[in-house]
Amino acid sequence: MPLLEVDDLHVQLQTQRGPAEAVRGIGFTLERGETLGIVGESGCGKSITVQSLMGLLPSTAQVKGSIRFDGTELVGLSERAMCEIRGNRIGMIFQEPMTALNPVHTIARQVGEPLRLHRGMARADARKEVLALLERVGIPDAASRLDAYPHQFSGGQRQRIGIAMALACGPDLLIADEPTTALDVTIQKQILELIQGLVEERGMALILISHDLGVIAQNVSKMLVMYGGSVVESGPTAAVFAERAHPYTQGLFAARPALGAPRGQKLATIRGSVPDLIDLPSGCPFAGRCRFTIDDCHATRPPPTPMPHGHAVRCIRLGEVIAEGVLE
Amino acid sequence: MSAVPSTVPSAAAFKVPGFWRRALHHRSFVIGGVLTLLLILAAAISLVWTPWSPYEMNMAHKLKPPTAAHWLGTDTFGRDVASLLLVGARASILVGVIAVGIGLVAGTALGLLAAARRGWVEEAIMRFADFSMAFPAILSAIMMTAVFGAGIVNAIIAIGIYNIPTFARITRASANAIWSREYVAAARACGKGGFAITMQHVLPNISAVLIVQSTIRFAIAILAEAALSYLGLGTQPPQPSWGRMLSEAQTMMFQAPLLAVFPGMAIALAVLGLNLLGDGLRDLLDPRLARAR
Amino acid sequence: MSFLLEVDHLVRHYNLPRERLFGPPPTVKALNGVSFKLQPGRSMGIVGESGSGKSTIARLVMALDTPTAGTVKLLGRDLHALPRPALRAARRDVQMVFQDPYGSLDPRQTVARIVAEPLEALAETSRAEQRERAGESLAAVGLRSGDLDKYPHEFSGGQRQRIAIARALITRPKLIVADEPVSALDVSVQAQVLNLMQELQQKFGISYLLISHDLAVVNHLCDEVCVLHRGLVVERGAPQHLFAHAEHPYTQALLAAVPRAEPAALA
Repeated sequence: MPLLEVDDLHVQLQTQRGPAEAVRGIGFTLERGETLGIVGESGCGKSITVQSLMGLLPSTAQVKGSIRFDGTELVGLSERAMCEIRGNRIGMIFQEPMTALNPVHTIARQVGEPLRLHRGMARADARKEVLALLERVGIPDAASRLDAYPHQFSGGQRQRIGIAMALACGPDLLIADEPTTALDVTIQKQILELIQGLVEERGMALILISHDLGVIAQNVSKMLVMYGGSVVESGPTAAVFAERAHPYTQGLFAARPALGAPRGQKLATIRGSVPDLIDLPSGCPFAGRCRFTIDDCHATRPPPTPMPHGHAVRCIRLGEVIAEGVLE
Repeated sequence: MSAVPSTVPSAAAFKVPGFWRRALHHRSFVIGGVLTLLLILAAAISLVWTPWSPYEMNMAHKLKPPTAAHWLGTDTFGRDVASLLLVGARASILVGVIAVGIGLVAGTALGLLAAARRGWVEEAIMRFADFSMAFPAILSAIMMTAVFGAGIVNAIIAIGIYNIPTFARITRASANAIWSREYVAAARACGKGGFAITMQHVLPNISAVLIVQSTIRFAIAILAEAALSYLGLGTQPPQPSWGRMLSEAQTMMFQAPLLAVFPGMAIALAVLGLNLLGDGLRDLLDPRLARAR
Repeated sequence: MSFLLEVDHLVRHYNLPRERLFGPPPTVKALNGVSFKLQPGRSMGIVGESGSGKSTIARLVMALDTPTAGTVKLLGRDLHALPRPALRAARRDVQMVFQDPYGSLDPRQTVARIVAEPLEALAETSRAEQRERAGESLAAVGLRSGDLDKYPHEFSGGQRQRIAIARALITRPKLIVADEPVSALDVSVQAQVLNLMQELQQKFGISYLLISHDLAVVNHLCDEVCVLHRGLVVERGAPQHLFAHAEHPYTQALLAAVPRAEPAALA
């Protein structure tokens, strides 16, 4: 049985202009120890997806579909039951290390909180466990810094502390939502290596969200490309990077400025801009911005077209897209 | 990738479509708005018409309960309570507007100066504010009216002066937050000076805070006026005042308890209305709702 | 040949609040002697991580802050030695684009007022002329004159950054200091804004002083790049050359840390 099975997930949020569907029918599975990356730009629904896994959506949000975690259905689960899973079976690392830690509590208290809550550990035992965790995540001089406050650490160190907190109870699934976006590139490398090491060591499953294709390439074995609340392309990372079948995926790759590219060359851009959730077109969310758009694109959501190696793409004009790619 | 959210209420909220739609669905705003409107209406109507003259004494009809002729009854001198309440609303509003006005203008100016200059100017202004706030308001008002004489003008001045440090502090805190915004840095990069930036960028962006604070201080001013009048230091007879009506009703507690109820309710409803309006505005002007994207 | 911008041994130290009653207060040594020269029409990139001092350079070049030592000369004039009216006039030639598209535009002002602000600060043109120039500026960045009376919240992040660029263009400056202009934008939007900046470079001959942590962005727009580490320039050169033949260990570490978009092959 897979560790995580998401099937036809729909999330509706209340926005200023009325209800809008932020997630439109996503599905994926994750086995134990597998790593999954979700890549997409602002507003594509990637953060909402993982927030719905953790039950962290606002109370006005409506979730439909199924999220089965180790056999338990998470959609509609009571808050109490959800609290037992959060921090215990599923750990989460957030984007902003500067604000993810409570500034008025010591790190020993914060990292120990999940242990005391879910394992019922006494303070002294929790403290020993916290020390071991902090040393594992690479906080120098951890023993003397247990009673330090978050502001006494750098951004990279705070993220390490956040990782220690997420791992404290030995979760089966680790979710990292843009964990290195706010960090310098040299620190980013260290943090990502740390996460990789921990995932391998503890056999955890990993869901890593990033807008950076390089981060995705180096850290996950399979990936989803999201746009407008839907998954437009999915499959093993190597296959998606090699094929880049969906027009949006192609646009995403082409738009990155490359190191060492000659001066004076214009970057390829995707025409237009991401519409508001409420204004997304019916049918394929990318219809209109895509240069292969035809009338049928607006009619219904394209079903996934399977390709070799477990790679799937949602595009009804896939044949033409690939043909043109080959010709270029 | 995400912008740091501001905690200063944003007047840009007024420009978001649907502000009035949301406003009219917001319970506090609606109730508060209605009560405040009633208060203003009462004062406005009293300028052109009252059921009876509030100064007309009629000892034959004193201490009457509510009847068809006198809707809320009469007081110890036979004056119509309803008319007294209507005209008394005028005093309350007058005090509120002017006292808050004094605090708003002087306090905001000091707060903006403190935020623009920083350094010892800011320190001096803030210490002055701390010093002023150390004196209990009513005590200061009593001292002032004792020295300069009782009367509505002195009462207004006393209450108004008390508002200055409050507005100064709040303005300074909000203004400081605006000064650290990038659009202010952009204005400085254009070569704009402190005064231009304060008037063009800082003041418009803190207006929401000031609006909310003004409604709250208005309510406090009405209470303060009532307290001072109760003590005989505010509005002087024969000018009607809700506070003095309460004071006069004290001696009549057992003979005509309603004499205390009506002015008390008027004060309570006015204060409640203004507070609810302020709460509603604070919610509606929240920047998280004001940002469209 | 005269230089557009000459930065000479620029030093900026900040004093932190005192921690002890006696003894000197702690200092942050943001910049420790940075020098570079920029020729008219050429663009320079400053690359560094947080704490390197790159934003401090931007602020000192824009005269938003005063240096502890060293000079900033714009078109031969020492900016920090100029009297206030002369400095204000000198700002015509150097304008700035900020990082945060959501914070750098006053939410209470219309786009017309925002874009015209640098012109208004110079106090040489009438309101009507300011509005006309604002319209021209907007057109140059790909927006329409109908957008003049709208408010910032009606635009997306990429469009707001265009408005910020329009504001920087309005005085027809020779130099635009851009502090992480695309870091807060999505990749596809980033590409649009970078293309725009490149177009403006070619069309109007504008020089950029581009501050970024992203080497690829700097590569796209700049003729020369300085790598900044702890307030000092550790290496400089043409981007292509630098990225292929970095000599300083910090530059090498920086380049090595960028994750390559090349996944491991399928099993």
